[in-house]
Amino acid sequence: MAAFDPDAPGVVVVHRKRRNVELAMVLFALLIGLAAYSLVPLNQTGRLPANLPVVAAIWLGLGVAAHLVIRFRLPYADPLLLPCVLLLNGLGLTMIHRIDIINDPPTSGATSQLLWTALGVGLLVGTALLLRDHRPLIRFTYSLGLVGLALLLLPLVPVIGTEEFGARIWIRIAGFSFQPAEVAKVVLAIAFSSYLVEKRDVLALAGARVLGLDLPRARDLGPILIVWVTSLAILVFQRDLGTSLLFFGLFVVMLYVATERPGWAVLGTVLFAAGAAFAVWGASRISQLSHVGVRIESWLHPFADIDQNGQIVSAQFGLAWGGLLGTGLGLGRPGLTPLARSDFIAAAIGEELGMAGLMAVIVVYALVVARGLRASLASKDQFGKLLAMALSFVLALQVFIIIGGVTRLLPLTGLTTPFMSQGGSSMIANWVIVALLLVISHQARKPAATRLESALEDEETQVIETAGGAR
Amino acid sequence: MNRPIRRVAVLCLVLFGLLLGNGTYLIVVRQDSLNAHAANRRVRDAEFSQDRGAILVGNTPIADTEPTDGRFGYQRVYPEPERYAHVTGWYSYDRARSGLEEGYNTELAGTDDSLFARRLVDLVTGRTPEGASVVTTIDPAAQRAAEEALGDRKGAVVALDPRTGAVLATVSHPSYDPNRIASHDVEAANEAYAELVDDPDNPLTNRGVREIYPPGSTFKLVTAAAALEAGREPDSEVDTPAELTLPGTQTTLGNDTDCGDGRVSLDRALQLSCNTAFANLGTELGADALREQAERFGFDTRHLPDLNGAASTFPEDPDPAQTALSAIGQFEVAASPLQMAMVAGAIANDGVVMDPYLVSQVRAPNLSTLRETRPRELGRAMSAENAEQLQQMMVNVVDQGTGTNGQIAGVEVGGKTGTAQSDLSQPPYAWFVSAAPMDDPQVAVAVFIEEADIPRNDIAGGRLAAPIAREVTQAVLQ
Repeated sequence: MAAFDPDAPGVVVVHRKRRNVELAMVLFALLIGLAAYSLVPLNQTGRLPANLPVVAAIWLGLGVAAHLVIRFRLPYADPLLLPCVLLLNGLGLTMIHRIDIINDPPTSGATSQLLWTALGVGLLVGTALLLRDHRPLIRFTYSLGLVGLALLLLPLVPVIGTEEFGARIWIRIAGFSFQPAEVAKVVLAIAFSSYLVEKRDVLALAGARVLGLDLPRARDLGPILIVWVTSLAILVFQRDLGTSLLFFGLFVVMLYVATERPGWAVLGTVLFAAGAAFAVWGASRISQLSHVGVRIESWLHPFADIDQNGQIVSAQFGLAWGGLLGTGLGLGRPGLTPLARSDFIAAAIGEELGMAGLMAVIVVYALVVARGLRASLASKDQFGKLLAMALSFVLALQVFIIIGGVTRLLPLTGLTTPFMSQGGSSMIANWVIVALLLVISHQARKPAATRLESALEDEETQVIETAGGAR
Repeated sequence: MNRPIRRVAVLCLVLFGLLLGNGTYLIVVRQDSLNAHAANRRVRDAEFSQDRGAILVGNTPIADTEPTDGRFGYQRVYPEPERYAHVTGWYSYDRARSGLEEGYNTELAGTDDSLFARRLVDLVTGRTPEGASVVTTIDPAAQRAAEEALGDRKGAVVALDPRTGAVLATVSHPSYDPNRIASHDVEAANEAYAELVDDPDNPLTNRGVREIYPPGSTFKLVTAAAALEAGREPDSEVDTPAELTLPGTQTTLGNDTDCGDGRVSLDRALQLSCNTAFANLGTELGADALREQAERFGFDTRHLPDLNGAASTFPEDPDPAQTALSAIGQFEVAASPLQMAMVAGAIANDGVVMDPYLVSQVRAPNLSTLRETRPRELGRAMSAENAEQLQQMMVNVVDQGTGTNGQIAGVEVGGKTGTAQSDLSQPPYAWFVSAAPMDDPQVAVAVFIEEADIPRNDIAGGRLAAPIAREVTQAVLQ
């Protein structure tokens, strides 16, 4: 890398757009989704689904529309992100449909999930049409931060917050339930990024040096402590281990990347470890924390109490039943595992598509994360770098926590599997993440000359560029 | 900022690597134990839904599967439920399996390793996999005779071929209907099961093979064998006082039959089942000689693993009084009817004990033989000469002793009666063991009756149990 500096004066790098490659891969991903959808009734009854033409039209329409908008509005965006996400989304829809038809009469989870997918693609289209450049977002640091924290704590508000499956992470308004933490994930990633880009110098340089670590000044610690206290509050009052871990992990990694000081990572890890140790200690002593003890016990010894740990035990049996190659779509028994279409969709995938199929899905997630981190590395402004890193990392961490929980690598914590689990909030939040990654990668890969032209055309962008303090 | 981003990328790589590694571990290491777990409904349902192999007597199924339209596709049926319940056992959704259904589960289900190649072919050709069928050694006439002769009495009958160890009949009463436990109406099946478990008569208990009881005077055959092996002759005389004070105690032991009050030959003592003579004999021979003789007949070893048979026991370290009582089959001596049939069979087989077996063949769905049981010697219990002497003594018991009810015209039957008291408040147990024809033994029978409602005397075995043995013997010989 040292031999070639794309930012050096006089060097203009023009990335290939690769839009046709993207189209080919998008079509391939869409066809895998349709093939999976057709295989379910084909395996069960030997017939193709009756509504295949309609479903195919909607599904191909959604995918191609997303591609076209990217082709014309974000031509330099990463070509791999959209096909990967469509592949995951298609498999998720198929699995939800497959579990729908176990019920008698069949439920319509897949239909509403398809609507949420359409809304997600709509948000991607909206982002591409309206935003096109991520940098204006830097103006909303504190308002987005407040919105994010408010969203996180919303389920604790008496009337609208509801508790389900032992965790208070839903809000219910006018019959619609919503998991605000999923949206908060995106909002807070943006807020943290702009805050940290603004403060990175003070955070990194000022402060005492203790035991070889550069510690920050006390007053800079304020917002960090707020985040720490918030995640502990989520842990204790919403009983949501996963969300708490997700946010704190995200914040610590962002601090580390922004300041380039490992001290932050160490401090954050120590703080989280202290919180976790307190939770484990309090598990048998404080009723608010009893769920932590249950979760850890059902992780270590699920077979000691099969009735209580039926879900995780059934997921294990399902994965073993599927074996390496799976039972085939429609031929397994994923319905035996409660919540197979949301938290435990990874177990359903593993049962019917086999461990090989589940691993392929994990690798596709890894590809999305890798492309996001590539956009982060390639991005020319610090806000874009930090935001792309944050969005990619939060995706990786979420996949790790939930699939790790389902496969008993970690204690189980309720998080959605991005793009696959049933749930509208998760679906639209993750599509917005992809939209932002596409925008950042487009900005990163766009030739400098084009960037200058568009900057001249677009007064607002120019203003932001100086205001943001980009080099 | 790029260096920390690269490090975050490495962290993400580690996270995904851990997920993939854990998935590999689950399939490579944990898959088999998860699939074998008793609570695994997927495996259980799949097994319950397949065309399970039949259990056969001759060519007649006593357990079979029939296709149904229900949830599971195939229903297990038992055409003669009560008669064969303790052979087949049951095959249920929630209450596992028992009997041969359990002992030969992998063969019947078609998951046994011997069926591997066939399973592969089924997978490729898309044919519905079938289980292997299990052929039993049961003689249907003997089984019917045993069931009918035992009638409503609580007890058990076991008949063996002394030359091979093949089980010709095994009946335990009361019995039950395994069809009810095998029902696809899981709730009704569980109710039926609970009802049977709560039944005070314990119909689920296999009294012939899996329970042990004091064998009473039938154990005198073992004591007599030990005496002959120790150099006594059938006409060697033994002290048989009308009342014997047990060594080292004030307890006295009497005779239930008229054995006089003096000395009696070993042969005559067996005919009349003289308690004091055999108690003295036991004291003379010692506990170790008795235990060794019992073990040579098969005590202290589990037999018939197909039905999870119990081991019969001889007390560990009895004092002289206990040794004397053990010699007449009391104190802590306990034997299964199967074991006592093995004793009679071994004597008739010139001293050689055969390993009892219930399954002669396992057949693949295409009728090719997957496995065949060959008769196997367990060992020699006594010399051929001594066995021949004891055979004659057993014949004398039936001809002119306590076992005259076991006589069959034209057939030389040898036997021994027995009555045993486990608890004075309970009715005594009645026993009869026999073998016939003595010169060319074809069948050894043990009959055990749990509640002999007649006063305690040695005739109980002769009066109640011997006729049952006679019926079974005749059924085999015809």
